[in-house]
Parts: sequence; C-alpha cells; structure tokens
Amino acid sequence: MTKATQQTLAGRPVPGRFLHRFANPGQFLRLSHWLLPLLCLLSFCFLAVGLLWGLLFSPADWQQGDSVRIMYLHVPMAILASTGYAALAICGVLSLVWKHPLADLAAVEIGPVGAVVTALCLITGALWGKPMWGAWWVWDARLTSVLVLFFLYLGHIALIQAFDDPQRGYRAAAVLAIAGIIDLPIIKFSVSWWNTLHQPDSITLTHAPTMPASMLIPLSLCMIGFAAGFAALVTGRLKAAVLESRAQQLMTRRSWGMGDTA
Amino acid sequence: MIHLSFTHWPYIAASYGCTIMAVSALALQLTLRLRRARVRLALLEKNDHGMRPTS
Repeated sequence: MTKATQQTLAGRPVPGRFLHRFANPGQFLRLSHWLLPLLCLLSFCFLAVGLLWGLLFSPADWQQGDSVRIMYLHVPMAILASTGYAALAICGVLSLVWKHPLADLAAVEIGPVGAVVTALCLITGALWGKPMWGAWWVWDARLTSVLVLFFLYLGHIALIQAFDDPQRGYRAAAVLAIAGIIDLPIIKFSVSWWNTLHQPDSITLTHAPTMPASMLIPLSLCMIGFAAGFAALVTGRLKAAVLESRAQQLMTRRSWGMGDTA
Repeated sequence: MIHLSFTHWPYIAASYGCTIMAVSALALQLTLRLRRARVRLALLEKNDHGMRPTS
C-alpha cells in the first residue's frame, strides 16, 4: 500500500487503512520470523534474573516475611490478566469496526493464554493469602472481580466454539470482550471503592512506589519478562494459526479440484 | 529442627512450581503446534507444486 492511499483527501491518515497495513498474514509471518525469537530471548533473560533475584537475594518483608516472594509472580500475572483482556477487547473493536483479518485470529489465541494467566493470578493469590490472611479465599471485591475476569475469559473461549459458523462465534465473542471491559476498572479501583482485605496498589502512576528498590527492581524485571513471554506465546500461537489457515486453504482448494488450475 | 509449618516456603515453592509448570506446558504446546503446522503446510505445498502442469 502506497503512502498516498493511506491518506484522505484532507491529508489525514485513515486509522482503518493504517491498521490493515499490518493485517496481511504474509507480512505478519515475516514480522513474527524475527519477533518471536527476540521475545523468547527477552523473556528468558529477564525472568531468569528477576525470579532468581526475587527468590534468593531480595529481602523478606518486615511484616509478611518470606511469603512476599510470591509477589514476583502474583503481581505480573495480575497485570497481564487485565492487559490481556484489554487486548482482547481491542481485537473485538478491530474485528467489528474494521473487519481486521487478523483480529479474530488474535482474539482466539489471546483467550486461552489470558485464562491461564488469570488462573495463575488466582492460584498464587490463594497461596499468598493462606499464610497472610489465614484463608485460601475470601469474597473480597478485588478477588471476586478477578474471578469474574477469569469467567469472562472462559466465556470468550466457549462462545467462539459455540457456533457452527466461525464468523458468528467471532462476532459474539467480540461483543462479549467489549462488554466485559467494564470489569477492568472495577478490578483496578476495587481496593479504593470498597473496604477490602486485599492491600492497595504499591505501584501507581501518580505516586512514588511504596516498596524499596531491592524489591522494585526484581519485580520490574519479572514484569518485563512475563510480558515478553505473554507476547511471545500470543505471537507464536497466531503464527501457528496463520500457517494452519494456509494449510486449510490449500486442502479446500484441492478438494474442489482447483489444485491444477492455480 | 525444621518447623515447616511455621515457614512460608511450602507456599512459595507451590507458587513457583505452578507458574513454571503452566508456562512450560503452554510453551511446549506452542512448539508442537508450530512444528505440526509447518510440516503440514510444507507437505501440502510440495504436493501442490507437484500437481501443477509443467510448461
């Protein structure tokens, strides 16, 4: 696509056309060829350093003791669970509004990874809650809203597979993803809006972190590592989906007897 | 004497174990799926080229 075709008569870029530039499966395969190994390498390096630092060298908390080391897993999982769902909703908008060819495939592949990440957030939270609160689970606003997020992920996966026509499944799942985004501010502000057992955020955009650098640095490394890992998993799954789709097209073409006319 | 019930290490070990197992399972599944998709596409493309008439 030339530069001129990306612009309106007024000279402004058209978002839909700009996005379609990156919607070409061939272009995505070329991009993933170098992006996937890079993301895997980044994830491995950051996680190796961050997790070992957090597990062995970072100090124990004065109040929580060693159980604070679960934070290096729980916090990245919690952030990725919400970010993954936001990505799912963006894919829903791209699919419904601009009919982006890769958006539906991306949503299909983000869903299971997001569900696993949310499940890990809930499991590590329970394992942190038991020694601190004396209970594996409490019907606290933060915990309940994250459980709702997990069910939204499961609903999204189920909806995609619930229709014989995949396009109808994609549309229904996109609507659910967009509607479910209401849960994200509830998760974020639940500790402020309600009296919860869950502690408030230690890292915010508006205030300085309430933890020392000896904990903040390994936590940041783990966050980058897990984010790169999440991106690598989604990119790899999307790449596999594109390859499977090409194979399916070839099979269909052959079954219709068009193989020798191509 | 070690009092495991008074430490938090079992909870920490379980957290790290669960996370590493889940991430490894996802990575392994992805590797196998990618390999299967590549092999299947290569086979189909090879057969497809073989079916085309030679000029």
